[in-house]
Amino acid sequence: MPLRLEKRAEPSNTMALFSPVIAIALTLLFGAMVFASRGIDPLHGLYVYFLEPLSDEWNLEKLIVKATPLVLMGAGLAVSYRANVWNIGVAGQLQMGALMAGLVPVYFTSWQDPVVMPVMLALGILGGMAWAAIPAFLRVRFNANEILTSLMLVYVADFIFDWLVRGALRDPQGHNFPKTVNFAGWQNLPSWGDIHLGAVLAVIAAAGLAFMLFRMLKGFELRTLGAAPRAGRFAGFSASQSIYFCFLLAGGLAGLAGACDVMGVGHQLQTPYATPVYGFVAIIVAFLGRLNPVGAIVAGLLLALTFLGGEAAQTTLHIPDKIAKVFQGVLLFFVLACDTLVLYRIKWEARK
Amino acid sequence: MEQFYAIAITIVGASTPLLIAALGELVVERSGVLNLGVEGMMIIGAVTGFGAAYVTGNPYVGILAAIFGGMLMSLLFGFLTLTLLANQVATGLAITLLGIGLSALIGENLVGKQITRVPNFQGVDILIVFSFILVGLVSWFLFRTRYGLMVRAVGDNHSSAHAMGFSVIGLRYACVAFGGGCAGLAGGYLSLAQTPQWVENMTAGRGWIALALVVFATWLPQRLLFGAYLFGTISILAFTVQTFGWGIPSQLLSSTPYLVTVVALVLISRNKRLLTANTPACLGQAFVADR
Amino acid sequence: MKKLLISAAVVAMALGGTQAHAAGKLKACWVYLGAIGDMGYTFQHNEGLKQVQKELGDKVETVFVENVPEADAAGPIERLARDGCAIIFTTSFGYMEPTIQVAAKYPKVMFEHATGFKTAPNVSTYNAKFYQDRYVQGVVAAKMSKTGIAGYIVSFPIPEVVMGINSFMLGAQSVNPNFKVKIVWVNTWFDPGKEGDAAKVLFSQGADIITQHTDSAAAITVAEEQKKLGFGQSSDQIKFGPHAQLTAAVDNWGPYYVRRIKQLLDGTYKQAESWDGMAEGTVTLAPFANMPDDVKALAQKTADDIKSGKLEPFTGPITKQDGTTVGEKGKPLPAGDILGMNYYVKGIDDKLPQ
Repeated sequence: MPLRLEKRAEPSNTMALFSPVIAIALTLLFGAMVFASRGIDPLHGLYVYFLEPLSDEWNLEKLIVKATPLVLMGAGLAVSYRANVWNIGVAGQLQMGALMAGLVPVYFTSWQDPVVMPVMLALGILGGMAWAAIPAFLRVRFNANEILTSLMLVYVADFIFDWLVRGALRDPQGHNFPKTVNFAGWQNLPSWGDIHLGAVLAVIAAAGLAFMLFRMLKGFELRTLGAAPRAGRFAGFSASQSIYFCFLLAGGLAGLAGACDVMGVGHQLQTPYATPVYGFVAIIVAFLGRLNPVGAIVAGLLLALTFLGGEAAQTTLHIPDKIAKVFQGVLLFFVLACDTLVLYRIKWEARK
Repeated sequence: MEQFYAIAITIVGASTPLLIAALGELVVERSGVLNLGVEGMMIIGAVTGFGAAYVTGNPYVGILAAIFGGMLMSLLFGFLTLTLLANQVATGLAITLLGIGLSALIGENLVGKQITRVPNFQGVDILIVFSFILVGLVSWFLFRTRYGLMVRAVGDNHSSAHAMGFSVIGLRYACVAFGGGCAGLAGGYLSLAQTPQWVENMTAGRGWIALALVVFATWLPQRLLFGAYLFGTISILAFTVQTFGWGIPSQLLSSTPYLVTVVALVLISRNKRLLTANTPACLGQAFVADR
Repeated sequence: MKKLLISAAVVAMALGGTQAHAAGKLKACWVYLGAIGDMGYTFQHNEGLKQVQKELGDKVETVFVENVPEADAAGPIERLARDGCAIIFTTSFGYMEPTIQVAAKYPKVMFEHATGFKTAPNVSTYNAKFYQDRYVQGVVAAKMSKTGIAGYIVSFPIPEVVMGINSFMLGAQSVNPNFKVKIVWVNTWFDPGKEGDAAKVLFSQGADIITQHTDSAAAITVAEEQKKLGFGQSSDQIKFGPHAQLTAAVDNWGPYYVRRIKQLLDGTYKQAESWDGMAEGTVTLAPFANMPDDVKALAQKTADDIKSGKLEPFTGPITKQDGTTVGEKGKPLPAGDILGMNYYVKGIDDKLPQ
């Protein structure tokens, strides 16, 4: 084989810093090629896609709003994946969080009190946790593969959400359209411009998780169980407990993301809601952030940028929105490929 | 009788793409690799197959192109995970995202176009027949041939397989390519035989079902046949029940296939002996040869 | 007068031409729920956009954003408003709240929301009486069916869909009072595989004619293959069913879009709530095919009567499934009642999901 990888004795710190930069540079290069192939000046294309959305306050606000749920979910997933717990159903957990938070305005429409807001956020967290607890329980109790159960439950959550918003939770004055009443007053999050409280919560959550993961025993336990399950068990760490912990954590944060989304952006429940792809993007965020909760903030902003850039490219360059998905996929590819450089040295060998 | 046949053949049509895609993934996982990109490879197969059939006017060329398209995507996956040792879960997801986006780009000008579909007799086409043969072939290959033994050995313990002189990476590449080809073919089945047209996102989550079926089948091809048909049957019966007008919420009926998959996974997984006997022990683990 | 001034100002602003945009052109923008390649609902809106390009291309620049999720539409809509769009068409019901929100921030931009009910000084609503087509389809189905059963594939129980089912049934009952409709909810606007499977199931349950309120051409493809009959949805799907398609309900948004943009150009634009139908050409039928001449004549007459206003599908009294009636004898139901319809008419063999 002409190409050979040689494991580094120590992960390279230089590469750890540079590999995402290289990955982004390669994605930009790829993007330039795509633009050129469609007859668009590559530099102009890249400017519209990646820089214009950063150019003024309005765009930056949108960027932060878009990144908020991604960071909340990505940070929780970063911890999970470190512990080798593969929750890929955050989209369903988010939806359940949104649903639970929405119960308050639907059933207690006129309840206006500063307490309402934290109650709704708490319900959102509980909703996400409850939905995430199912695959965790099935994994611990019955050894059922959590990748698949958590994913299947995304579809089920969507059907439940749809059924309720079309039925029991429907706005009686809404001409029978599938939406709830509008949230009012304290049922919404305080906001600054478009940016709502969720952004602050996301930053706090990410920082807190990073502290837990790298500075606390719990974090050490999770990382050990992820990297060396056997050693972890010898050390007396419980794998079952960590599975519950990770699912409830990521599920709770996804539920919080859902609650923040409906309380800060949508101000009502409506169906159809999110798609599984939204959850997949959160998974990219976790990886792009190098499975570091603080990294998820940067990664969440970057992925949000690919969404906004996709919109901008549609309106100014008239290119279809599929480009955004292609960019997201390619970006993840390059990130994963470049991560190899952190752990390995690439050697080229002449054939024998 | 006629009514029964019509329902049966509808079930077959719904089950076939799941079966083909899952058979491919089964071989991949037997070799110790977890490729979550089935959905992405399927949708690429659907578009390349349709495109080739449209350009050449020949659905059989379309079938080959679908296999080829899926295979190309899987080799991309292979390069990242096997050569560059990237995380398999994340790479699989990247394949899915890229596949959905890329297929929509490729297919921009194929929307609304028409092709000659894969011919069928009373609803039975060559791919349906082939899917059954494929079950036998995969089973025979895995459990009756030397290469099959090698694949299982690599999936169960790549270090000792390597020590015995097997090319772990080479075998895994071959399995990944086979899985990609199957996924592409399954996608092609949708766009060339089932509903012969190209529309964006037409696989609509079937790749994920195929993945679930592999675990459901505890990595055994015959059980996969059962699982795919169980899923197909439930999906179609959910529609049939609706025509009776019983007023069961359609959301409940639509979610039964997913719920049943979860329940089945639980039932199978709780039997540890059954599971450990067949689960490839090295599933999802990267292999680096020590020199 | 005030609105006229506003629109004049908008035109002046757009004509004034900011450096970023093609000089002198009015910018008209669309927000789509699906992909322009869905061959159904969004495709048809985009055909409307193309007609605007064709007829007013020298004065108008068109822009669209596709695949915009309903829960996340405010951003894309506001982006268009900021980008200098003079008029923005938001084409799905779920865009109602975001449209209203953004419109309040950009009073000089005209917004047009499809199928909703909330308005503002700069938010108009527009919708099409799709159910008129369905009535004609029902008449044809009852005439052509040998088994007396039609299959109906549906997405979600919103009033739009329910009024279509009812209108189809009323049309069919006008020919054959014992006509039956079997209904399958697929819970998606768009999944050709599922839609095709639902069609196969319905045919196996005795239906010999299929119609659907979902977005792909899968059902008609299945009808063609099984030598059954059916109707196209949203667009003319005759090429998918040359021997199967009887006619198709075609959404034709072009005339409406051209009219509104022209009004904006010449300063006669006013906020309005439009609900156009066959008479205005927003709802049309594909040429009748695969039926004998007498059925063709009846279908044509029904269509003409609806067009001229002689026939209104929802004319009271209408008997609901539970036996109660709505509407006054001989009078059409009020628009509000139709737009919020959440009951089946008598004779439909299904329970409406609530």
